[in-house]
This record gives sequence, C-alpha cells and structure tokens, in this order.
Amino acid sequence: MKRLFPAPWLSLALWALWLLLNLSLSAGNLLLGAALAILAPLMFAPLRPLPVRIRRPGVILKLFFLVGRDVVMSNIAVALGVLRAGSKPPRSRFVKIPLDLRDANGLAALSMITTVVPGTIWSELALDRSVLLLHVFDLDDDAQFIEHFKTAYERPLMEIFE
Amino acid sequence: MNSVGELSLWIEIPVAVLLVLSSLFALCGAIGLLRLKEFFQRMHPPALASTLGAWGVALASIVYFSALKSTPVLHAWLIPILLSITVPVTTLLLARTSLFRKRMAGEDVPAEVSSGGRSENGN
Amino acid sequence: MSALLTNAILLSLFIFSLAMVLTVVRLFKGPSAQDRVLALDYLYILAMLMMLVLGIRYASDTYFEGALLIALFGFVGSFALAKFLLRGEVIE
Repeated sequence: MKRLFPAPWLSLALWALWLLLNLSLSAGNLLLGAALAILAPLMFAPLRPLPVRIRRPGVILKLFFLVGRDVVMSNIAVALGVLRAGSKPPRSRFVKIPLDLRDANGLAALSMITTVVPGTIWSELALDRSVLLLHVFDLDDDAQFIEHFKTAYERPLMEIFE
Repeated sequence: MNSVGELSLWIEIPVAVLLVLSSLFALCGAIGLLRLKEFFQRMHPPALASTLGAWGVALASIVYFSALKSTPVLHAWLIPILLSITVPVTTLLLARTSLFRKRMAGEDVPAEVSSGGRSENGN
Repeated sequence: MSALLTNAILLSLFIFSLAMVLTVVRLFKGPSAQDRVLALDYLYILAMLMMLVLGIRYASDTYFEGALLIALFGFVGSFALAKFLLRGEVIE
C-alpha cells in the first residue's frame, strides 16, 4: 500500500483534478484519472525528499476560513489604501519577524498564506530559518502586527506540521 | 429550471454583481500599479486581481454554468486554486530579485537577514 | 441572455480593458526591469480573467481552457523573467 501510494493525498487531488477538468464521472474517465493518480506520484517520488505529515485536520479547516476572511478584509484595505494614496500615502515598510516554525512544508504554507493575503509580501528568509523579512503595505504598529502574524498564522501551522 | 438562455433574475443579478465587483478590484490593482511611488509598494496591488478578483469571476462562472446546465459545474474553481499556487512563487522570486538588485545598486533596503553569506533558500 | 447580464458583462469587460491600459502604461514607463515584469504578470492575470468573463458571455467551456493555458504560460513566463533578473541566466 505504502509503495503503491507514496503520497495518498496527492493521488486523491490528482484524481479529483482530472475529473473536474473533464467534467464527467464516466467509467473511462474514472479509470484514466485513477491511472494518472497512481502513476504520477510514483514517477515523482524521487523529487519529494520531505514526506508531509499532517497532524490536526480540524486546525486546517479553521486556518482555511481565517485566511479566507483575512483575504477579503485586506483586499478591501489595500484597495482603499490605493485609492487614498494621493492624500494619505500608505505607511509601507519592511518588518523583521522572528520565526519559531522550522518545518520546510510549514514554511512553504506560510509563504503561500502571506503572499495570497494582499498587503504582505514574503521578501526574504534567513538561512537558518530564524528570521523572516516581510514587506507590509500599510502598517500602524510593528509589535501588534508581529503578534497578529504569529498567533493567526504561525501557531496553527506549527500545530499542523510539527 | 427555465429553458437555456432564459435564466431567472435571481441567478443573473448575483452573476452581474460579482463580475462588476471583481473587475473593479482589478481596476484598483491597476491604479495602484500605476500610482504608487516605490517598487515594493507596487508589488501589493496585483494581489487584488489574483485573489478577490479571480474568486469573484470564478464564483460567477460557477453560478452561471450550474444554472445553465442544471447541474453543478465546478471546474472554474481550478483557476483560483492554480493562482494561489503559482502567484506566490512568482511574487517571492520577484521580491528576492528586486531586493538583490537594489542592494547591488546601493539603494535603501534592509540588509540581508542571515548573518553570514548570501541566503540561498528563500523557499 | 437578458439585457441586464449582457450590459453587466460589457461593463466588466470595459473595466478590465481599462485596467489593462493602465498596466500597459506602467509596462512602458518602467522605470526598473522588475516593474516591467510585474506589469507583464498583471497583464497575464487580467487577460485570464477576461477569458473567463467571455466564457460566460458566450456560454462556452472552451474559454475556460484558454484561461487555464494563459495562467500556466503566464506563470512560466514571469518565473523565467524573474529568474533571469536574479542571475542573468534562466537555466543553470
């Protein structure tokens, strides 16, 4: 079982992707999708040096909705900031954030979240993964932002991946 | 369900509102790209179109096609999913590139965060 | 398709094209190479969204595939350009 499915979640995602792309649940498409879902992870297994271990699915769901809400809120905030840029220039600056998360997959997820949420851009990560350089579009208070970043995103990711 | 091409107003109004709203967000992004003064500020507005803009258009497309064919047609969700995977990669690399180039040019950007040598694993 | 939806689609296509025009201005203005890559990337995203809107306009699935292709090629293109700016070579 483990040898046939080195990455079961990836297989499942590929199968769903194939069926969605073809928009059909016919037997032929089910079979073709299953072949893709079994063969592709086997061929790409040497490229995945780090197995993903996911701990708490409930936290993922909570994080998902939190990020969704934050995306909508910061979309509106950035749009207003852009429209008001003439009279009130946004206070953009770089922030250095000390990181506790060390897992590579968790860091990848964190970088996805920070980039998908408008208003923050992941700029640089220290070699030893202890410090993160983040560019923020409109920033009131450094300490408050770092506190929010760590409790809202980093802690759930640590619970999931570590 | 009505015949093809004659959707009820309850389907058409949300689709119309979603499309116009997401195009307005995309316009905001373009205005920001044009108006903001500094490069790192200009990196933020494009995220408007690739998140809420794309979500709005994809949702409108799902609602419209599902009503048109009287069955759930979900494949438009692939666009936001694909974007949420690809856009971070490009943005990250571009941010690192411009930090590197600005440091080379001696502009006012923060020094490297790793204490020794150049950082290579920016993810 | 009713007049309401047709007009809404026309309006949103118009706004998208306006956004594209503004982005093209940034593309020509620069000033740095990164700015141009950023503007090109944004153009790709806008074109992809317009394809999806056109798909609704003509009630056709084919536009969706076009949008998917634009998204993929846009990603590869912007990635290669950004990589080129970082090192001066695309493949190493």
